[in-house]
Amino acid sequence: MNPDASTIAAGAPIEVDLSPVAEGQDIKVFWRGKPIYISHRTKKQIDEARAVNVASLPDPQSDEARVKSGHEQWLVVIGICTHLGCIPIAHEGNYDGFFCPCHGSQYDSSGRIRQGPAPANLPVPPYQFVSDTKIQIG
Amino acid sequence: MSGPSDYQPSNPALQWIERRLPILGLMHSSFVVYPTPRNLNYWWTFGAILSFMLGIQILTGVILAMHYTPHADLAFKSVELLVRDVNYGWLLRNMHAVGASMFFVAVYVHMLRGLYYGSYKEPREVLWILGVIIYLLMMATGFMGYVLPWGQMSFWGATVITNLFSAIPYVGESIVTLLWGGYSVGNPTLNRFFSLHYLLPFLIAGVVVLHVWALHVSGQNNPDGVEPKTEKDTVPFTPHATIKDMFGVACFMLLYAWFIFYMPNYLGDADNYIPANPGVTPPHIVPEWYYLPFYAILRSIPNKLAGVIGMFGAIIILCFLPWLDAAKTKSSKYRPLAKQFFWIFVAVCILLGYLGAQPPEGIYVIAGRVLTVCYFAYFLIVLPLLSRIEKPRPVPNSISDAVLAKTGSRSTPMVSTAIMLALAGSLFAGSVDSAKASEGSDQPPGNKWSFSGPFGKFDRGALQRGLKVYKEVCASCHGLSYVAFRNLAEAGGPGYSVAQAAAFASEYKVKDGPNDAGDMFERAGRPADYFPSPFANEQAARAANGGAAPPDLSLITKARSYKRGFPMFIVDFFTQYQEQGPDYVSALLQGFEDKVPEGVTIPEGSYYNKYFPGHAIKMPKPLSDGQVTYDDGSPTTVAQYAKDVTTFLMWSAEPHMEARKRLGFQVFIFLILFAGLMYFTKKKVWADSH
Repeated sequence: MNPDASTIAAGAPIEVDLSPVAEGQDIKVFWRGKPIYISHRTKKQIDEARAVNVASLPDPQSDEARVKSGHEQWLVVIGICTHLGCIPIAHEGNYDGFFCPCHGSQYDSSGRIRQGPAPANLPVPPYQFVSDTKIQIG
Repeated sequence: MSGPSDYQPSNPALQWIERRLPILGLMHSSFVVYPTPRNLNYWWTFGAILSFMLGIQILTGVILAMHYTPHADLAFKSVELLVRDVNYGWLLRNMHAVGASMFFVAVYVHMLRGLYYGSYKEPREVLWILGVIIYLLMMATGFMGYVLPWGQMSFWGATVITNLFSAIPYVGESIVTLLWGGYSVGNPTLNRFFSLHYLLPFLIAGVVVLHVWALHVSGQNNPDGVEPKTEKDTVPFTPHATIKDMFGVACFMLLYAWFIFYMPNYLGDADNYIPANPGVTPPHIVPEWYYLPFYAILRSIPNKLAGVIGMFGAIIILCFLPWLDAAKTKSSKYRPLAKQFFWIFVAVCILLGYLGAQPPEGIYVIAGRVLTVCYFAYFLIVLPLLSRIEKPRPVPNSISDAVLAKTGSRSTPMVSTAIMLALAGSLFAGSVDSAKASEGSDQPPGNKWSFSGPFGKFDRGALQRGLKVYKEVCASCHGLSYVAFRNLAEAGGPGYSVAQAAAFASEYKVKDGPNDAGDMFERAGRPADYFPSPFANEQAARAANGGAAPPDLSLITKARSYKRGFPMFIVDFFTQYQEQGPDYVSALLQGFEDKVPEGVTIPEGSYYNKYFPGHAIKMPKPLSDGQVTYDDGSPTTVAQYAKDVTTFLMWSAEPHMEARKRLGFQVFIFLILFAGLMYFTKKKVWADSH
């Protein structure tokens, strides 16, 4: 009952061109049937994410550990709420990040859980930069 | 099953079979001569009602499966076409979907009856536990069945429920992958759910056989909770119980038919008429009503794992009931304290159900926590404690004593008072909540529709005018993909002739092909074609309309709704009000205002609409006075246009509505006569036994 070969093959890595995404915008791409949010963060969002006392977070993780160094403006997270799997809405909630409409979990501009029933941060999918404006997810 | 049967068939052929397989003797001893306590009340007919419902569900389900396509791209459409094109497909689907709810209504009554009369106590523990297993299987079956139409609520319900298993430490994630058959809920998930949804009812039937077997070994409990001692305490199953069960089933079918024929969507969710979209979560995910109390328990516990344990624990705890409640007296009839706590428990369950449907915020969360504690306290504190401190009233010596004494004193007023109090309490609590909830949103005004009520029919003129409005205005952006041109000539529709429908179709260009050269080509429409959509695909529609794809209108009047709140949703059950969709659509078409009220900001490219959730709609005001000419002299105003096109869209969402209501009336006449007949036969049969 595990995923069949075609499902696994369809889950191969994808490349995403980042050049059309302006600062403050974000796009949603699908990989393995999951929505991946790619946010081009503003300076303010980055500063907010870094100003937080990491130890005070429900799932402590620094912003630096969640983005690729040299590409701090890009946040890539799987847009599936870690509570029960709904899709959070970007640019909503009190933390300049994501807000899940199902049970009210709120994530900050680094995709970290700040408030609500979700137990963990939005996961960062495996990805790397193949060039300055292109990433490969998977 | 009271020992070996001495049944001997008189027919030689049956004797031949009987000697080799004594099945007739088994039937005879189980369902004919089987002694049943003579003091059983009507709460005991729910066992028969449940067997009947299981039969109906399996029967309708097998036929539905013949027309259903279990594929993520085709499932939604196959269900819609099943309802529209299969002979009596609408009836089959309504019977199956409403049947699931009715099955749960009956099982809850059955379980509460067991709880009240102590039917789980020695020697019926195994019987009770088998019942809990059936209930768990029913919940799994009901959930998977709800996923099959592949609407928005199906998809997101499946996502939320399968994610519950990810809370299990270490193995959670792999269990979820096994359930999905992929990396998220998708086509493999739908396929395996379909397979399991077909399998589980037969497992239920198997456990039901064990349940009945266990019942026939230990004998039925009864309202007085004393075991039958002599033959005077019992009556033979047939005809006494059989006829009483028939009357109970007939009455239950009246309720069932009320939903099937008059309010098939009352218990469903409008969002499930929107095809599943993995990219958009509905603003408010609600499970089917029968899971709501457990969903409320899940949400009221702030820790994910603890919430899941709480939810499943709330059901599993029922298995331990025979040992949690150690009181010797079975029936709550003779337990003054247990009786009161029972009704408080019922009220707690109803209130939890109400909270499960509310958004998880503020007062609802706190109330949910309090009630969750009450739920568990009933089993873990109240029942064990009562069995030690309560002083029960004396129990009659035998069932015949109880029956004779019954003529004198009646205990029912006490019970009904408790029900009234519980209901009044929940009504009061509910009305306080709903008064808060309805603030700040504009409720669409109610309209008088020609198609409302038990005898409603579509106004033919309005349907024809509405079609004209759709064709000349709406069709430039909105599709109508489930409606075929041939439908225009069908009974209960706009009343065109077959030739008129064909002529109407020929005005459209339809893409066909490939031809012999392998090219796609355009040809004139035929009656069998469906209304062509204005855009090639959803992305094209989105790109052409500023990012918001205009929804297909085939089902729009069923896919849109608004919250009626408490107590209106109870009133609606009796008045058969189910026109939330049409009221909303008509209000939306008339709700455009140039002047944006203060405090509302409308983004660039959007328009203010009073009734649109959030008020910012991408669709510009579509209708203005005089835009569409009418040949029949009806006023050419926006109000009239809105009314006509909404009537037309209601027909396109449910082309067989008139047939549904007409058949409903006939079924009701039959059922009332049948129930009456059964009642008087039952009276006659029981005349000597009371």
